[in-house]
Amino acid sequence: MMKLDEMQKRLLLEVADLHAVPEGAYNIRANSQSAGRQSTANIEIVPKTEVSGLEIRIKPGTKNESVHIPVVMTQSGLKEVVYNDFFIGEGADVVIVAGCGIDNCGNQDSQHDGIHRFYVGKGAHIRYVEKHYGSGSGAGKRILNPVTEVYQEEGSSVEMEMVQIKGVDDTERATIAELAAGARLVVRERLMTHGDQRAISTYTVHLNGEGASADVVSRSVARDHSYQKFDAKLVGNAACNGHTECDSIIMDQGRILAVPGLEANNVDAALVHEAAIGKIAGEQLIKLMTLGLTEQEAEEQIINGFLK
Amino acid sequence: MLELRNVSFQVDADGQDKEIIRDISLKLPEGRLTVITGPNGGGKSTLARLIAGIEKPTDGQIFFRGEDITSWGVTERARAGIAFAFQQPVRFKGLQVLDLIRIASGRQVSVSEACSYLSRVGLCARDYIGREINASLSGGELKRIEIATVLARGAALTVFDEPEAGIDLWSFQNLIQVFTDMRERMKERSIIIISHQERILNTADEIIVLRDGRVAAQGSKEDVLPGLIGTTSAIGTCRALDSESGGIVE
Repeated sequence: MMKLDEMQKRLLLEVADLHAVPEGAYNIRANSQSAGRQSTANIEIVPKTEVSGLEIRIKPGTKNESVHIPVVMTQSGLKEVVYNDFFIGEGADVVIVAGCGIDNCGNQDSQHDGIHRFYVGKGAHIRYVEKHYGSGSGAGKRILNPVTEVYQEEGSSVEMEMVQIKGVDDTERATIAELAAGARLVVRERLMTHGDQRAISTYTVHLNGEGASADVVSRSVARDHSYQKFDAKLVGNAACNGHTECDSIIMDQGRILAVPGLEANNVDAALVHEAAIGKIAGEQLIKLMTLGLTEQEAEEQIINGFLK
Repeated sequence: MLELRNVSFQVDADGQDKEIIRDISLKLPEGRLTVITGPNGGGKSTLARLIAGIEKPTDGQIFFRGEDITSWGVTERARAGIAFAFQQPVRFKGLQVLDLIRIASGRQVSVSEACSYLSRVGLCARDYIGREINASLSGGELKRIEIATVLARGAALTVFDEPEAGIDLWSFQNLIQVFTDMRERMKERSIIIISHQERILNTADEIIVLRDGRVAAQGSKEDVLPGLIGTTSAIGTCRALDSESGGIVE
């Protein structure tokens, strides 16, 4: 395994909660190179040959195992597009931890675009955690443009947790999902932007099979002069259930555009969207101040709770 | 403990100055339970908010433990030992009951200690400690959680603004028990309750009647309460519950 420097280790901790080499299967990518890789009896990680990226094959019936594929970048000016494909066998039940941390102290932009495709077999269940984090004081931007495609077979279930709390200057996230009968998708997105950051998140979920269901919930905070756009579209093509929710706190001169979209192409499709944008209520601040917090501490508590 | 000297409070109502509190002077000694009553619109809740620092008097001074706190903000007063229970508790998306109790107590209290505050207000702690303080809680549940957070503060002076509002009969019995307990446990501490509930008035050492922003009467429970029975300043439990559904006429 390639040795990671202190900054790379710190990024690894931020995006994947890793203090050391994880148990189970993993691939650690540092400055566009593999810093360590391990397959297990049930999970095989193979590098792609034509483009940059990995093929991750999880055998049917694999239970209680995990895959970590974190990416860290500390070299200013690095730009990369990485294609990772996950093939999850029937009845498997695994946790996949991705995530990307960029530290840019230079003047050139650093950019990582991760294209992740998930082929989820019948009755399989995955929990996917993706954290994005940026640091560094350089003028160069930290840019992340993830694309996530999810293809779910009958009765499969996918839980996705997408977190971007700090330091990413520009992000365009696109997620598309296709669900067969009885498949279930749950997305929890948490986002905070500050400074002049810009974050765009687009979801398109096709509920194609009877009994398919999706629940896409985004909670976000826009501070300073930052801009966010949340665009979530559910397409019901069968007797299905879908729910999207965008709940945002706006502060300072932040701006948020929520574009919920529902398309029902079947009379038994039940689709719901909710969207709410507002500043922190004065009464909430006063309540916490009567408990001894300053206005600023109260604000932090409210935001931390909201994004927890 | 707490002294108000010539306190007045005006608001701008449609371009006209409206005086809510008119030149009130009061002294509340340490270790007493004072209930402030009076007809609706008499200024009771405003007085409570003036004490907590949520509103600032337009005239006069407020002293707490001998210090002039008139210019102090909400946070400073809270840190000096003033706790305030809201008439309509606030909801927070994401914050859990345990978080709020920890903030209130000012330290990382253990889960079992946090649970003990919930038990004191009649909530099964195990079911509530991890709950978000959001719209999934009923008004009565929120109210009891509000009171639990105030108990966790253990403040020198606790002000309850209409603690019975929005609470059901069973919770109401429990509420009386909470005040009796507080008295037992914290003999040197002071409690002010804004209420026109006869049973809450019965727990008082001292009663103050506010009418039209002025003190209409002040004295021991024995002296003041008999004169209030049957008026809107001392409502019986059943009538009070009727009034929740609009059944009482002022």
